[in-house]
Formats: sequence, C-alpha cells, structure tokens
Amino acid sequence: MSINKATVSALAIVAVTATAAAARDQVQVAGSSTVLPYASIVAEAFGENFDFPTPVVESGGSSAGLKRFCEGVGENTIDIANASRAIRDSEVEACAAAGVTDIIEVRIGYDGIVFASQQDGPAFTEFTPSHWYMALAAQIPGEDGTLADNRVANWSEVDESLPDAEILAFIPGTKHGTREVFEEKVILQGCEDTGAMERMMSGGMDEDAVEEACMSIRADGASVDIDGDYTETLARIESNANGVGVFGLAFYENNTDKLKVATMEGVTPSTETISSGEYPVSRPLYFYIKKAHIGAIPGLKEFAEFFVSDDIAGPDGPLSEYGLVADPELAETQATVSEETPMQ
Amino acid sequence: MTDATAEGGAGHGGAGQGSLLARDTRTARRNAAESRFKLYGLIAVCIGIAMLVLLLTSILMNGLSSFQQTRLQIMVELPEDKLDKSGVRDPEVMSKVTTFGYAPLLRDGLEATIAEAGIETDLSAKDAADLISDESVAQLRNMVLANPDLVGQTIPVEVLASGRIDGYYKGRVTMASAELDSNISPEQLVLADQLKAAGKLSTSFNWSFFTAPDASDTRPEAAGLGVAILGSLYMMLIVLCLALPIGVAASIYLEEFAPQNRWTDLIEVNISNLAAVPSIVFGILGLAIFINFAGLPQSAPIVGGLVLTLMTLPTIIIATRAALKAVPPSIRDAALGLGASKMQSVFHHVLPLAMPGILTGTIIGLAQALGETAPLLLIGMVAFVREYPESPLDGGLFDPATALPVQVYNWTQRSDPAFVERASGAIITLLLFLLVMNLTAIFLRRKFERRW
Repeated sequence: MSINKATVSALAIVAVTATAAAARDQVQVAGSSTVLPYASIVAEAFGENFDFPTPVVESGGSSAGLKRFCEGVGENTIDIANASRAIRDSEVEACAAAGVTDIIEVRIGYDGIVFASQQDGPAFTEFTPSHWYMALAAQIPGEDGTLADNRVANWSEVDESLPDAEILAFIPGTKHGTREVFEEKVILQGCEDTGAMERMMSGGMDEDAVEEACMSIRADGASVDIDGDYTETLARIESNANGVGVFGLAFYENNTDKLKVATMEGVTPSTETISSGEYPVSRPLYFYIKKAHIGAIPGLKEFAEFFVSDDIAGPDGPLSEYGLVADPELAETQATVSEETPMQ
Repeated sequence: MTDATAEGGAGHGGAGQGSLLARDTRTARRNAAESRFKLYGLIAVCIGIAMLVLLLTSILMNGLSSFQQTRLQIMVELPEDKLDKSGVRDPEVMSKVTTFGYAPLLRDGLEATIAEAGIETDLSAKDAADLISDESVAQLRNMVLANPDLVGQTIPVEVLASGRIDGYYKGRVTMASAELDSNISPEQLVLADQLKAAGKLSTSFNWSFFTAPDASDTRPEAAGLGVAILGSLYMMLIVLCLALPIGVAASIYLEEFAPQNRWTDLIEVNISNLAAVPSIVFGILGLAIFINFAGLPQSAPIVGGLVLTLMTLPTIIIATRAALKAVPPSIRDAALGLGASKMQSVFHHVLPLAMPGILTGTIIGLAQALGETAPLLLIGMVAFVREYPESPLDGGLFDPATALPVQVYNWTQRSDPAFVERASGAIITLLLFLLVMNLTAIFLRRKFERRW
C-alpha cells in the first residue's frame, strides 16, 4: 500500500536525520549586505582555484551577522562574519560570554558612499556636507542657538549654486550601516561647517544634545528612508526626476548609465580619490574570523588568506574592479591573517 | 417552479395586471438588479484578469530574454610553458596554475580570433577581452584539468559573452547607454557587431540557466538556477514524504476514529489556526528546534523541508478531512454491515474514494511550500551557494542549497542590471513549476473524483 511505503520512507528520513552528524566541509559566512558581493566574488574564485568547496555566503546585515557569529563555537555556527563597521565592545562581550574569545579582525578595504541622481534630472553635480545638513536636518538653530523646524523646501534655498528643485532625498534606513556613515561624515560635518554646532553650544546645550540635534533627520517627507537595498533607491530615483539618492560606490559603478554622480567638496568619488583620502565619505569594511574554527573547518584559513591576497583585494584585483577601494595597508592585514593574530 | 406558476395563476385572476408576457415594474426591477450584479461580477473578473495580464507581461518582457544567451567562439592556444612547466600532464601539478594564469590565454585567443576574422579595431587587447565573461577562465581551466592532453594544442572554445554584450543583443544596452556606462564602450559594441558578422558571436538557447549554479555579482551572464532547482526539489521530496503520511494519518484518526469531545474540538481549532500562522513563525521555530536544539546543519534542504512540512501539514489535514467527509456514510455502513472491521472499512473503501481529494490537497500544499521564502531566511537558505548538493542517498539533504523563490529574492538585490532579467527568468521558471503542479491537481480531480 502506498501509505505503508510513504510511512517507511518517512521513517527512513527520520532515521537518517538522527544519525546525521556529518562534519561540515564548507566555510559558512554571514553578515553585511555591503560586503556580500565582495565575499561572493571571492568565494566563487576560491571554489574555482582550490580543492575546497565554495563557501556559502549569507547576507542579512552586519548586526545580524555578528549576532550569529557570537552564538558560540562549533559546526552549527558560522565561521566568518562580514561587517560594514567595526565590531562593537558589547558584541565582543557577547561573543566572550558564548565562548567565542579569539576573534581575528580583517579589514578588506574601503567602501565609498556617493550621492547620485537621475541622468536627465536637475544638475545635482556639486554638494558639500553643509548643503546636506541645511537640507535634511530636522531643526536648525537660529542666531541665538534656539532650534527651529527646518522648513527649507527647495535646494536653491539651501545654496544658490544648487538647482531650483524640490528637496527629495532617498537615504538608507536606520538599520543600514551606511546610514551611520552618512550621519557622521556628512550631516554632522555639515553641522560643524555651517557653524550650527557652535551656535547650539553657545546657546547652552551640552555636547551630546548638540550631536543628537545635529544628526536628527527631518521626517516631513523631504527625506525618505529606504529600508531595502540600493536597487530600491535606484527604482525611486528613476521615477523621481528631483530625487537624490545615497549609494555605495560599487553600485553606482555598475549603473553609471542611469545615474549621475555629484562631487563632495569638489572631489569626484572614485576608488583613487577614496583611497587617497580626498573624497571624505567612506568607511572600512571588515570580516571577523573565529580562530577556534581554523583547523576544524577545512579551507577556512586558506579562504581568509585568499580573500586578502594581492591577486584578489589588491588595487588591480577583481574586488577593486567591482568597486572596493583597496586598503593601502593590505600587507599588514595579510600578516594578521597568516599569523592568526586575534584582536585585542 | 411552483411559486412561478402560482404567481402566474394569481396574476391571471387579478385585474388585468401581471401578465406573463408583459413584464411588471417589480419584475423589471428585479431583472435590472440581476443584470447589475452580473455586470459588477464581470468588472471584478476583468480587473483581476487585467492585473494578471499586467503582471505576466511585465515579468515576461523582462525575463524571456534570460532564456537566450550570447556566446563567442574563439580559438585558444594552450602553451605548455605556461600551463604545465613540468611536462608530465599531471592535473594535480597543473592545478597550481590558477584562473589568473588562464586570463592572458583567453585574451590572446580573442585577439587572434579578431585578427583571423580580418577585423580592424583600435581597442587594446584588455578592452577587447571585456567582451568575454569572467566565467570563461574557470571554464577553460576545468577543461584543461579534465583533459591534460589539450596542453600544447590550439582548441576551439565557446565562451559566454559578458553581461553588457549579452544585454546589447537583448536591447538592454544601447549605443547611447554604453556612452555613459563605465563598464562598456560603444567601440566594444561595434567590435561585438563585427564579430557577429564574422560568425564568431551568436545568441542561442540558454540551457545553462537551468543547470548552472549561481554566480557572483561580476558574472550575471553565468548565473543559473541549478542549485536552486535541486534545493527546491529536495525540500518538496521531504515535505511529500513527511507531510502526506502524517497529515493523512492525523486526518483519518480525527475523522473516523476519534471521539467527538472537547479535546478533538480544541485540536481542530488549533489546526485551522496553524493554517493561518505567518510562515516566518515556522522559520523561527525551525531555527530554535532543528538547528539550535537538534544540531542539524544550516542552509540545508533537510531543515528547509522540515520547516515547510510543519507549514504544509495544516493545509493537508484540512483538505484530507474534507475529502473523507465527502465520502457518503452509506459506503462505511455497507462495509461494516458486511462484517468489515472499522479499519478495513476505512482503508479498503473510504480512503481509496477520498484519494483524489487528498492528492489535490497535497499538491496545493506543496505548491504553496514551493513558493515560500520567509521561513528559509532564518535557517540560512537565503545564501550564495555554488556547490551542487550530493544525491539524497549520499547525504545531499544535509548539503547547503538554496530554493527557487530565494534565488529570485537574491537576484533582485544585485547591483548589475543584468540580474533583473535573471530574476524575472527565475520567476517564469517558478510559475511554470506551479502551473504544472496545479494542472496535475486539476487533472487528478477530474479523472478520479466520484460524485454521489
């Protein structure tokens, strides 16, 4: 009877399940969606050139990846966490509490953050941090330092050099690591450059309050949080001629036929200007290795070494071609990986 | 019927009104209401169809081109001094030459092919090599390692054209957009056109879209659904093997044997409730029980299958119970009356008659499970996986894999516009699978269903 057969096969599956403790033979990676494309490029090349299987790379965000990384040591936990920011002290503590003590920090390079708009839209070609602060801050201090709601509706009201177009910015949502960089390197910088910070200080606010006031973004529709990824931002830009979006350099470089990039303080974003430090808005990208898994998971160390090798992460490698800004101190990183030096 | 005649008869007796031939105002109003209702229904159906057509056209417009692929035919020289210095043709030794060592060979091969076809171009060898997919180096290396005797010869190789060139022949890239594009230049497109005229470049059906594994962001042209289709297949196998027997056993017990009391009522309410629980909840459960507690591997079809089994069970139980209920009690009574035991009456008579309904319910449950992404997110199946899982007999259920809907989700997040086409192609493939499953369900119902 078919029912009997089905039951037998079901039981067989359950039996197999119970006996399954097969050793994992591929590296497991999870974390930042910004690092994901780079990690998958490396994983692909690694699988092609080594006898080890291609590592499995998941995305899900830096915080989620580090949380899973810190779940413990063992085959059912990931070996590498990708992050678009450095690991936090609280995360290191959480790791230690779960037995993950020796963590190797690997900086793979830098990611540029660019401001781009539709090809045929208004001429958004030159921005400064001050422009962004004046356009997007929730409240702007007056002469005496008292805060008033930001009612600027048009870019030309911010600065005469900017086009006469309504302010409509698509910025990464708060769950993205990119948002933090945008707030710190653009908005906060703008707050300082315009003198708003000084006015607030002299108005009697303390430092933390000033910083918070500087970095709060208006919520009246002029700025739209994008919680998805850059493809969503691109779709919004394509349907809004006046929209200006925040993108990663790699994403922009893959879509230069649709997007027009703006300079920041006169510097055009490119892997060269970011690596020289001229272009101000960039951040380091990392991955973290569990030292306890080296040796236990085949290919883990080889994968990490391959990732930071000159062929891959160097200025002429495939990662740089895709948009990663190569780390000038790559040799030190290579030494860290080969000597398995854990972070302090 | 009787009402109508009675009304008609009464009408005749009345004072000359309510003739069957002349419609009175009330009938006219009723008829008008009826035709209005029919119109509303028709409009509703039309809106539905219009939406479907809109959805399908947008998917087909974007995705049909993924079933075509542009390839280049080039002659590649495989020099011994670069690939096998020792001269012993041992693949073990030759694997020391990485894919980076093969890139110049392809570049030279393309240059020679261009020269041989008599094409004049101002492009440097490096720019011309951008026409070839990055995947080709691995393809060439695997070819050489599989057959070391090729070293020293000049062999014809068919390689994938890069994503932008492929896009040019599918209308996604134009001369105007190439002008602005940092990844391709109009000169490169002109060269591609010249190669096409010389018969070195052609577009043909893309079988590898169904067999190749996923590829990284730099090689959209090489990305395929192979691993995703296998992963989905494995999971469906697990769901079928677990959910069908468990679901049918549970429904037979509840429907035929269980006493009707407060407990069975409670179970019934819970089953109906579970059928409506958001699928992500099952993912959380799967992570907690199967991965963290039972220690099953992450990203594996076994965990995905178990999670989807839990999700599908209520659907199957509800469908099976409905099918069992639809078998008339007279069949059971007759069997029992002839001396069959309760179990014999169920397994010999009721179950065979309920089978079409059960199978229909199962297939619909499977189709629902096939399209599910959310629970897989938490158990690590939303991932970049390039290795095919082994066969289920060799423990392939425990190897990492993805699933069809997951692949769609992954590809929509990629930055290269060529992945839009791939994602739509994957949606079309998924829709075809669902269509086949639902057609099978309809076929089974039509063929075997009995009405009383």
